[in-house]
Amino acid sequence: MELCPSIKNILLLDSEGKRIAVKYYSDDWPTNAAKEAFEKAIFTKTQKTNARTEAEITMFENYVVVYKFVQDLHFFVTGGENENEIILATVLQGFFDAVGILLRGTVDKKEALENLDLILLCLDEIVDGGIILETDANVIAGKVASHSIDAGAPLSEQTITQALATAREHLTRSLLK
Amino acid sequence: MAQPLVKKDDDRDDEADYSPFLGIEKGAVLQEARVFNDPQLDPRRCSQVITKLLYLLNQGESFTKVEATEVFFAVTKLFQSRDIGLRRMVYMMIKELSPSADEVIIVTSSLMKDMTSKTDMYRANAIRVLCRITDGTLLTQIERYLKQAIVDKNPVVASAALVSGIHLLQTNPEIVKRWSNEVQEAVQSRAALVQFHALALLHQIRQNDRLAVNKLVTSLTRGSVRSPLAQCLLIRYTSQVIRESANNTQTGDRPFYDFLEGCLRHKAEMVIFEAARAITELNGVTSRELTPAITVLQLFLSSSKPVLRFAAVRTLNKVAMTHPMAVTNCNIDMESLISDQNRSIATLAITTLLKTGNESSVDRLMKQITNFMSDIADEFKIVVVEAIRSLCLKFPLKHRSLMNFLSNILREEGGFEYKKAIVDSIVILIRDIPEAKESGLLHLCEFIEDCEFTYLSTQILHFLGIEGPKTSDPSKYIRYIYNRVHLENATVRAGAVSTLAKFGAMVDSLKPRIFVLLRRCVFDNDDEVRDRATLYLNTLGGDGAVVETGEDVKDFLFGSLDIPLVNLENSLKNYEASEEPFDINSVPREVKTQPLAEKKAPGKKPTGLGAPPPGPPSTVDAYEKLLSSIPEFANFGKLFKSSAPVELTEAETEYAVNVVKHIFDGHVVFQYNCTNTIPEQLLENVIVVVDASEAEEFAEVASKPLRSLPYDSPGQTFVAFEKPEGVPAVGKFSNMLRFIVKEVDPSTGEAEDDGVEDEYQLEDLEVVAADYMLKVGVSNFRNAWESMGADFERVDEYGLGPRDSLAEAVNAVINLLGMQPCEGTEVVPNNSRSHTCLLSGVYIGNVKVLVRLQFGLDGPKDVAMKLAVRSEDEVVSDAIHEIVASG
Repeated sequence: MELCPSIKNILLLDSEGKRIAVKYYSDDWPTNAAKEAFEKAIFTKTQKTNARTEAEITMFENYVVVYKFVQDLHFFVTGGENENEIILATVLQGFFDAVGILLRGTVDKKEALENLDLILLCLDEIVDGGIILETDANVIAGKVASHSIDAGAPLSEQTITQALATAREHLTRSLLK
Repeated sequence: MAQPLVKKDDDRDDEADYSPFLGIEKGAVLQEARVFNDPQLDPRRCSQVITKLLYLLNQGESFTKVEATEVFFAVTKLFQSRDIGLRRMVYMMIKELSPSADEVIIVTSSLMKDMTSKTDMYRANAIRVLCRITDGTLLTQIERYLKQAIVDKNPVVASAALVSGIHLLQTNPEIVKRWSNEVQEAVQSRAALVQFHALALLHQIRQNDRLAVNKLVTSLTRGSVRSPLAQCLLIRYTSQVIRESANNTQTGDRPFYDFLEGCLRHKAEMVIFEAARAITELNGVTSRELTPAITVLQLFLSSSKPVLRFAAVRTLNKVAMTHPMAVTNCNIDMESLISDQNRSIATLAITTLLKTGNESSVDRLMKQITNFMSDIADEFKIVVVEAIRSLCLKFPLKHRSLMNFLSNILREEGGFEYKKAIVDSIVILIRDIPEAKESGLLHLCEFIEDCEFTYLSTQILHFLGIEGPKTSDPSKYIRYIYNRVHLENATVRAGAVSTLAKFGAMVDSLKPRIFVLLRRCVFDNDDEVRDRATLYLNTLGGDGAVVETGEDVKDFLFGSLDIPLVNLENSLKNYEASEEPFDINSVPREVKTQPLAEKKAPGKKPTGLGAPPPGPPSTVDAYEKLLSSIPEFANFGKLFKSSAPVELTEAETEYAVNVVKHIFDGHVVFQYNCTNTIPEQLLENVIVVVDASEAEEFAEVASKPLRSLPYDSPGQTFVAFEKPEGVPAVGKFSNMLRFIVKEVDPSTGEAEDDGVEDEYQLEDLEVVAADYMLKVGVSNFRNAWESMGADFERVDEYGLGPRDSLAEAVNAVINLLGMQPCEGTEVVPNNSRSHTCLLSGVYIGNVKVLVRLQFGLDGPKDVAMKLAVRSEDEVVSDAIHEIVASG
């Protein structure tokens, strides 16, 4: 097991260090309190750095943490101290870009919370129990966004529901702006 | 899902804090979850509710057992809907709820149906969910589908099955191992990620079969791996194979090195880096092997991506510890990294430079670091301080500039841990570099003038008390110490009083003045300070007469408390106030071994008992502390060297004993680490009887028996010998373990009262010349060799007779001398006819020794050797030749 590249956690925090979506794949943080302490510490440590153009990296309590910020969102990927840093960065980039695609370019906290289901699915598609599932942002986003109806469903039902859904989506979007 | 999940609040002034989950409440969401039971499902609404539930869980909210069960049953109803989006949410929800075994049954059939569905997304996800929540019994039912899924055309499905296989291997290895044919097929998949997952699983299935792993690596390194991740895995497996094969063949052949080197030219950065790192971590890597890896890492150093720079500098930093010469090529790139935005990178660059730097570059480096120190966090500063400390120990001549640097940063702002690191460093430098002592002590004095940390002040005062009186002008420290009595809190004041007393005891000329100061302290408003002042005035004879301080007074002031504090605490607790005063001699001095009952905690396998435990931590520090705590050995002086433990018993015998040889200038102490592996026995009065008839120069002076040795609690017994001072005397010792054995009832752990005396023969032990040699490396052998000069050079040639190989001869000589090979020269390239090996060490009496060995093959098997020794003392140079001549 120890030879396989593994991810300890993936975090998406806001500009105050509060959780938007987090996923832990390791028992290193058994309780919610331990998790929150880790998030707080890593947020404080990285807060002042500029990780907006390129992903940044740091060591923290024997973990390697890579991170990247955009708007009021802070993305983190954590690995063990001997993990290949570039693999971690690849996972981070996959997550970061996939979220960008799924949120259609408007990547901020508000949008992320409104589409939390997509973010959670995105996390689910990137890593399974610490093992990297996929790192290509387009593939990840593609898997998450396939919101169509089961092919086995009756054709009539499919079209009507689908049309309704699209219409409603468009309507609310224009109303909100 | 653009629709906000909760109606937005009316007040809009707090725009930034707006969240669709504002005011969300668990109870209300659980109520909402009732929509799952509606006969007419609204997929959109259901998805929203699941999102809210997931949000709550993600925020750390937990559901009670009842709540979780209710949600779970409601969620299972959603399998009726054919909306893919909703189904995905259902899968996620089930994984998050991790249902219990009886609940799993409810969803099994739905998930199994999805596993065989035509929709790829269903198959992939159903496999992941089912494998996550299932137990072994169900696995046999779905095994057929999983095997099919592994070779599924759709890569997502195949990956899902393979990754699930990796997880299941932990719990149900026997089932997963049956899939190896399918997994093998998947390794050849065209899909990158499938290949990665298949390779990971295949290796795990075979990891205990060394031959199979070897075959796997051999076939794959010929090149059919497409995915960079899979290639990284392959590199890791390859280095594992290299590691293990190195133990078997001593030929020096590095089978897969070419593969690793080839990976340095891969197009994916992660592969390049993985390969470079693997090469740097090879056992006994040679500089020739290192070069290509260092070159690619050097390129990374100037990358625009911080992650690459970090990865490269971190790896080079590690390489610098063992092969500083190999890294010096990167020094220019490294220096430009000092100003890197990312402070982790800058710190790693600095510490690497400190490791690779030579004596001449120290000053320039220090200048650069000074600018750098002001804008990094404490945690990085501590790393730098530690690096500077080791640099100073490496180049003692540079102590002035380095000590100045430390004192400057000591004056600047900083937290406790940082200040402590600096103070510790200065203390270590004072101890190890005599010339640095006076300036170091003054720096510390200045520091305590304005030190906000009580702990550090008292530590420094204590240290001053020991070192200060031995300096050329002790009186100059008094002012600093006495100032504490005026300005500080009670704890520091008490410490200052003790320090004053130590000066008074050691320096007779200062005594009258110390008495004056101590008398003033008698009026302090803290009782501890007053008590100490009074006590010291009396012990030092403060009635005005300047008398010679008695030995026992010095003992009292300077002797360390050699009683374990736990024991003292226990004795004090048991002491009942009475006419009889408390006697400190009644406190047991032995460190208590843990009672038998505690030791037999469940989960501890008794099989590991055969081999003796490694004893206390094998660092010199720990040994030094241990030995100095034993009064019999306290006056032996400074410990020169402690050997690695030597086994005196076969594995799996009744009593396991190993010995550590502690070499002092005029003494040798054998520390026997004993372990009793028989649960039914308790050994008492354990001692090793040593026959030194074959070691003429040694005379036994003391021994320290072990009072009791219960089952599985290692204990130590010591025997000390006197030997001619400074002489590397050698000899052979035969050992006999003698003890009183008592029967123990294993069920109660109680020992019988009567014991029988018994003996146990141990193997012989030898003190050899290598025991008098410390392995101390030099970073630049040529420089060291040149600066040592040829004054005491001794050169001679030896024939080593027929040997298996050149490498074997080289190893034999290295082990004989016990010196540190430098610059990786202990590795002999394959098939070479000659080899030069460079060794360095410190011989007893602290004499630096450098050795240059030139080996050549003379005829088919005969090895000839030319030995050139340089040292600071011709006697030592001759002694080295004698070791080789007689070895």
